[in-house]
Amino acid sequence: MATLKELSAREELFSGGHRLCAGCGIPPIMRLLLRSAGAPVVATTATGCLEVGTTIYPYTSWRISWIHSAFENSAATISGIESAYRSLKKKGKIAADKDIKFLALGGDGGTYDIGFQALSGALERGHDFLYVCYDNGAYMNTGIQRSSATPLGSATTTSPAGSAHPGKGQWRKDLTRIVVAHNIPYAAQASPHNWRDLAKKAEKAFNTEGPTFLNVVSPCPLGWYSKPELSIETAKLAVDTCYWPLYEVEDGILKVNYKPREKKPIEEWLKLQGRFKHLFKEENRWLLEETQKRIDSEWERLLEMDGKRVF
Amino acid sequence: MATPLTDKKKQVVLTGNSAVAYAMKQIDPDVCAAYPITPSTAIMEEFSSYYADGKVSTELVTVESEHSAMSACVGAAAAGARVMTATSSQGLALMWEVLYIASGMRLPVVMAVVNRALSAPINIHCDHSDSMGARDSGWIQIYSETVQEAYDNLFQAVRIAEDHRVLTPAMVCLDGFITSHAIENLTLIEDGDVKDFVGEFEPKQSLLDTGHPITMGAMTLPEYYIDFKYEQSKAIRGAKEVVIEVGREFGERFGREYGLMECYRLDDADVAIVVLSSAAGTTKVAVDRLRDQGKKVGLLRPRLYRPFPHEEIASALMGVKAVCVLDRADSMSGFGGPLFTDVRSALYGRDSAPKVIGRIFGLGGRDYKVEDAEAVFDELYNVLETGEAGKLTGYITI
Amino acid sequence: MKKDCEEKKEVPLGGVIHKAGNAHDYVTGGWRKLRPVLDKDKCTNCLICWVMCPDSAVIAEDGKMVGFDLEHCKGCGICAMECPDKVKAITMEEEEA
Repeated sequence: MATLKELSAREELFSGGHRLCAGCGIPPIMRLLLRSAGAPVVATTATGCLEVGTTIYPYTSWRISWIHSAFENSAATISGIESAYRSLKKKGKIAADKDIKFLALGGDGGTYDIGFQALSGALERGHDFLYVCYDNGAYMNTGIQRSSATPLGSATTTSPAGSAHPGKGQWRKDLTRIVVAHNIPYAAQASPHNWRDLAKKAEKAFNTEGPTFLNVVSPCPLGWYSKPELSIETAKLAVDTCYWPLYEVEDGILKVNYKPREKKPIEEWLKLQGRFKHLFKEENRWLLEETQKRIDSEWERLLEMDGKRVF
Repeated sequence: MATPLTDKKKQVVLTGNSAVAYAMKQIDPDVCAAYPITPSTAIMEEFSSYYADGKVSTELVTVESEHSAMSACVGAAAAGARVMTATSSQGLALMWEVLYIASGMRLPVVMAVVNRALSAPINIHCDHSDSMGARDSGWIQIYSETVQEAYDNLFQAVRIAEDHRVLTPAMVCLDGFITSHAIENLTLIEDGDVKDFVGEFEPKQSLLDTGHPITMGAMTLPEYYIDFKYEQSKAIRGAKEVVIEVGREFGERFGREYGLMECYRLDDADVAIVVLSSAAGTTKVAVDRLRDQGKKVGLLRPRLYRPFPHEEIASALMGVKAVCVLDRADSMSGFGGPLFTDVRSALYGRDSAPKVIGRIFGLGGRDYKVEDAEAVFDELYNVLETGEAGKLTGYITI
Repeated sequence: MKKDCEEKKEVPLGGVIHKAGNAHDYVTGGWRKLRPVLDKDKCTNCLICWVMCPDSAVIAEDGKMVGFDLEHCKGCGICAMECPDKVKAITMEEEEA
């Protein structure tokens, strides 16, 4: 596992000068990812903040080969690229010793929702690629609309906190579990605050043959109504409250990578974010309790599976 | 699967789908990503058999939807691969979003479109609603009358699409069931001759050239977007000359030359029908019958529909006095069908241009018979006699 | 005067950008309201600020934190916040108007 000193000596493949918001959680994830590949990377990105923010013509932040096609087809696009690579290699049009890593990227909208089918298909077909979802919990690029990754009670522009409906009425989809159910060789959840864990998982995923998946929580000052300087802290609290457990499933064995010494109450994470402000009103306290109960039970479930075979 | 029954002249008996699959086998593309849909399914089934038996070196990507099929095609073509696929109807409709991405990125994907009606109501039979819905997507569209032509067009489409002056995706259309499932005689080309003719794809840029990283599909703001579209428009319009060149070369090599259109007994015709694809065959029978009766009738069958060769089509019709354009697709609530509006506007403003009427026919596989064509010619003679176009647009075969 | 469309400027095929990473030429420093200031004496070169920076704007050379790329720093303040409690070598100061 490389140290930060070693990582900093590697080429910066994601340049500054992009238009992502100040304090955005996505770039630190990308910078670490690209440093962890160990070979040239060809990437595709679903429509969304990352795509728009990094490639406003004639500028690009990417120092790797990169393509954006549409919103729902990141996994299908990488399937085509990776198939072309295998085909051209087989035909001798690419040198036999040339190694390329394939990376598909998408936000939670492009992954949990509209790109879900393409992702499932690509995982099932077994293409050799890494899919990374930066999960900021809503359609941030189009102005903070709820997605199936949006937490219960969160206020978004399509689930506003009104007097009749206090924010999003549903629990979030557990995409990582669904991905694991595809029986792929490696899947994990990570967070940018724990760079060591994230870099390790990225390295492992890139070096595993077949489809691999990382779901990375990505704080969004704009959509979370949180302070930009607190982005990394917010990510850390998401993990310390067990809202976003760090775990991996490698060849079917589940491993919880981090168990907080003291599990923090979910309120500590929620209170940093304006999107949950209304939950602290007396009439909505039941939603806080509901959230805590659900997190506790899911964390319990995860701990029960720790070290066990899940497929 | 229909097995080619080769005789000395390489004459075989194949369905349209089998001929297309066989052409794909001979082209042996680098990547083929596809999803089954009636009536084009057999193309992919047979191609999958070639793959299973190791007769192609293609990477076959059996995706989970047509949207993903075209998306994988875009990815593969952006990675410098020669890419082919096939679809029909709802499948083409589902690809719609990605069709524009393929053409906007100037990726020379080649796709067989077996024409079928669009839902609702659901119908698996032939009309052109599917590919007509994609006529503005920036894809080259070539329509085939026969199995032989569909087979021949596929090789030419590869050459046209990949030509560095063009670099634009191409559809080869053939009529669902009528051509895709009809067994016809055709002449096959030897594998080696196919290889010589289609050559190797030489991409101008590729994602896999990691020494020269590129960014594709960037967000372009008003400052640039129209400039890219202008270049794209220029390239696809320029494809017309390449279609002629490639068609001529194909003719020289294999004895079957194709141009922008087929003019059948049109030279001295007073009245003419303009129609795409297999309906032209039926129309020719009517033309012959009426010619036997001394009537000067003719046919114009556009082969290249996108880019639309408006000058050539208008010129070819200038000697005619009354024309009926038959559309196997309705441009719902528009002014007639798409081919009608294209042909009519091509003629507009020309002195002594023919009178042009349009009729929608044969939707969802409704039979178009020789008698239907004769009735159209009758109507055209009525236009001639009265000097009035009368009802400009409407339906027949209902 | 009528513009001749056929003389329009040349644009790259398919909208491709050939200059990888040229966003570096785009200045986002103007977004900044607060400027990070480094106290070299306190800095332990742990590089946490470097790895957490969203704008690739912490400059690390030979494993050492040498300063900020103010052309790209948007002043989010993550570096100051993440600088370890025992170190606190970065402060955020008001940009002058």
